Amino acid sequence: MEAKRRELVPLALLWGAGIATLVILIILLAYILANGLPVISWHFLTGEPALWGQTGGGIYSTIVATLAVTGISLLVAAPLSVGGAIYLNEYTKETPLRMVIRQAAEILAGIPSIIVGLFGFLFFVIYLAPLTGGWSMISGGLTLAFMVLPISLRTSEEALKTVPTELREGSLGIGATKWQSITTVVLPTALPGIITGLILGVGRAVGETAAILLTAGGSLNLIHSLRDPGRPMTLNIYDVLSEYRDTTTAYGTAAVLIIAILAITLITDWLMNNYTKKLKGL
Amino acid sequence: MVSSVWRPTDSFADGLWGIFPIIIGSLLVTLGAVAIGTPLGVACAIFLAEIAPAPVRRVLVPSVNALAGVPSVVYGFFGLLVIVPWIRGQFGGFGTSVLASWLILFIMILPTIISISTDSIRAVPREYKEGSLAMGATHWQTIRSVLVPAASSGIIASVILGMGRAIGETMAVLMVAGNSITIPNSIFAPTSTLTAQIALEMGYATGAHREALFAMGIVLFAFIMILTGLANLASRRRITY
Amino acid sequence: MNNAIEISVKNLNLWFGKFQALKNISIDIQKNQVTALIGPSGCGKSTFIKTLDRMNDLVDNVKTTGEVLYQGTNILDSDTDVVELRKQIGMVFQKPNPFPKSIFDNVAYGPRVHGVRKKQNLNEVVERSLKAAALWEEVKDRLNESALRLSGGQQQRLCIARLLAVEPEVLLMDEPASALDPIATSKIEDLIYELKNDYTIIIVTHNMQQAARVATNTAFFYLGELVEYAPTIDLFERPRDKRTEDYVTGKFG
Repeated sequence: MEAKRRELVPLALLWGAGIATLVILIILLAYILANGLPVISWHFLTGEPALWGQTGGGIYSTIVATLAVTGISLLVAAPLSVGGAIYLNEYTKETPLRMVIRQAAEILAGIPSIIVGLFGFLFFVIYLAPLTGGWSMISGGLTLAFMVLPISLRTSEEALKTVPTELREGSLGIGATKWQSITTVVLPTALPGIITGLILGVGRAVGETAAILLTAGGSLNLIHSLRDPGRPMTLNIYDVLSEYRDTTTAYGTAAVLIIAILAITLITDWLMNNYTKKLKGL
Repeated sequence: MVSSVWRPTDSFADGLWGIFPIIIGSLLVTLGAVAIGTPLGVACAIFLAEIAPAPVRRVLVPSVNALAGVPSVVYGFFGLLVIVPWIRGQFGGFGTSVLASWLILFIMILPTIISISTDSIRAVPREYKEGSLAMGATHWQTIRSVLVPAASSGIIASVILGMGRAIGETMAVLMVAGNSITIPNSIFAPTSTLTAQIALEMGYATGAHREALFAMGIVLFAFIMILTGLANLASRRRITY
Repeated sequence: MNNAIEISVKNLNLWFGKFQALKNISIDIQKNQVTALIGPSGCGKSTFIKTLDRMNDLVDNVKTTGEVLYQGTNILDSDTDVVELRKQIGMVFQKPNPFPKSIFDNVAYGPRVHGVRKKQNLNEVVERSLKAAALWEEVKDRLNESALRLSGGQQQRLCIARLLAVEPEVLLMDEPASALDPIATSKIEDLIYELKNDYTIIIVTHNMQQAARVATNTAFFYLGELVEYAPTIDLFERPRDKRTEDYVTGKFG
């Protein structure tokens, strides 16, 4: 029929849109990995960066720096987000305070990284310099925490929400206190969801550059303490490209980053699927 | 006062005029990315919500999430090494340009538009779809005339959020836009954005220069706040007359 | 039963996965009459009616055998133009589902979808359909208002008008008044009685009095089977099957 034939064009366009999106991703990944994987070697991962303009160095110090800032941000963001989620979900009623905290988290989630970086610069690098060491891993990590927090707070809250009220009631019904119920019943049930959210936050922290640019310092030297400046992998890509046009190292670093983040994404997806399956099986 | 950064005006005392080209740059880059990304993103969302069979969805949805997870610096890297030379080869000039920014930015905002729009379309009550099909409308007619309009508040919100992401993007734009503080005269000309400028100069700015950069940050923040507010408004609005 | 046959169902069976929802249904629906389908909840009435316009296609895991003959062909065939079929056989749902558009746009939706573009033609169709659905007087001054603002009864009549605008032959109504108050219900029933002169109507209802009021013929469904099918008066006053008798006298339901 004529109507069916006219249907084919929009249908084809829609399929095209889906395929195009997929193709974009594939091109991106293929390009980076094709050029970057050959660069990766044991030496690359564990060696020190070459000095000033020479190629052939490793990215060990950048890996350490990435781990340092990510670790610090997680250390700060995890308790805050889990604690915050518990507070919001288990203790307060729909008071204005709750709305304020929620709104604040929403706003924070939307703030561009460079502005968070500016704030981090002002607060951690300049103002709190004696504590943080100025440009340092601590400054970078604490700044990153602000970016991880909104995500992990929201996902933790969602995870807590999915715990059925019957569980809480059952626990309270046998005389446990609210806090006991939370720690022994609610949290364990919500844990997979919470962890997924934290991992998502980690993914974001690992990939963050602009905020790091303004707070972590950029030094290639291997850090000896958390108050030292350092250069995480993301920053390294930018720096080696703009300063030395060292595309080799950049490709390698980018490949490592992509693999790490893909792994994180896949693990998160897999965890989420398992989690929802387990809930349905409940 | 401030260094000779913001020519064409001589003195920063002229206020906003000084950063005018930079604001234009931010807006230009954002609007172009949104113009390219919205049709593709909404089409992909419709595809995911209504057309794609389950196995295809199982591949496409993680792919969209993967696109969202790629760090901005990697996007910039890709742009610098692939898109910029291509533009340079095809159209001349430096290659770092408004066009390059558009091409990279639209990919970066795709996941935002796709995931929120897909959810919005999915959220349209089944009765509307059934009512339309039961009258002899085709699937596409139903999508076009009933589902998409019903989901429009969510779709619009997703586009606005995408806009917010684009205007706040730093590293990728930094690497492909060219960082020239002039109002571009063609899409192949370089430009600069608020974000890129702050990132670039913060490292060595002092005194009043630094304050000026912070001022730019505040301008940026204001834009973002407006956009976020609009997005919230749009998504709360129900389709009434 | 002396009218022409509009739809002829022969040996219709339907399964949702392993569950058989319709068992060997054979029934001839008369043209330009109202046929009511009654029976307790979950006994297949809605499933049956949805088979007639292939709306069951929207559900996963459905299998059907048998024939549904309409205009000479078996509409269950896979090469049936389902879109065209649904234009001829339209459906009104239990819960009114006007689109979130204006009253005018709701009624004009069908014609527009089928190619009518000219404003004048659309205006005519909308007016005609709203009049036929006994809604015109109430809304003629506010055609541009949102349809969602109408009352439940008005919304349902709007949905009927929407269907009439595409000029179907058959109207399927799945408990059209069960979500409405008594006054709105009686308006719908009057409307149905009027419409039967121009359309063939099949109505599912769990309200026996409603069937008695509007339907010429009534079919009693029980547990997926068509137990009895007769002119309404006969079915209610002289039921031949014990199950029918039990149902219409209220022993279960």
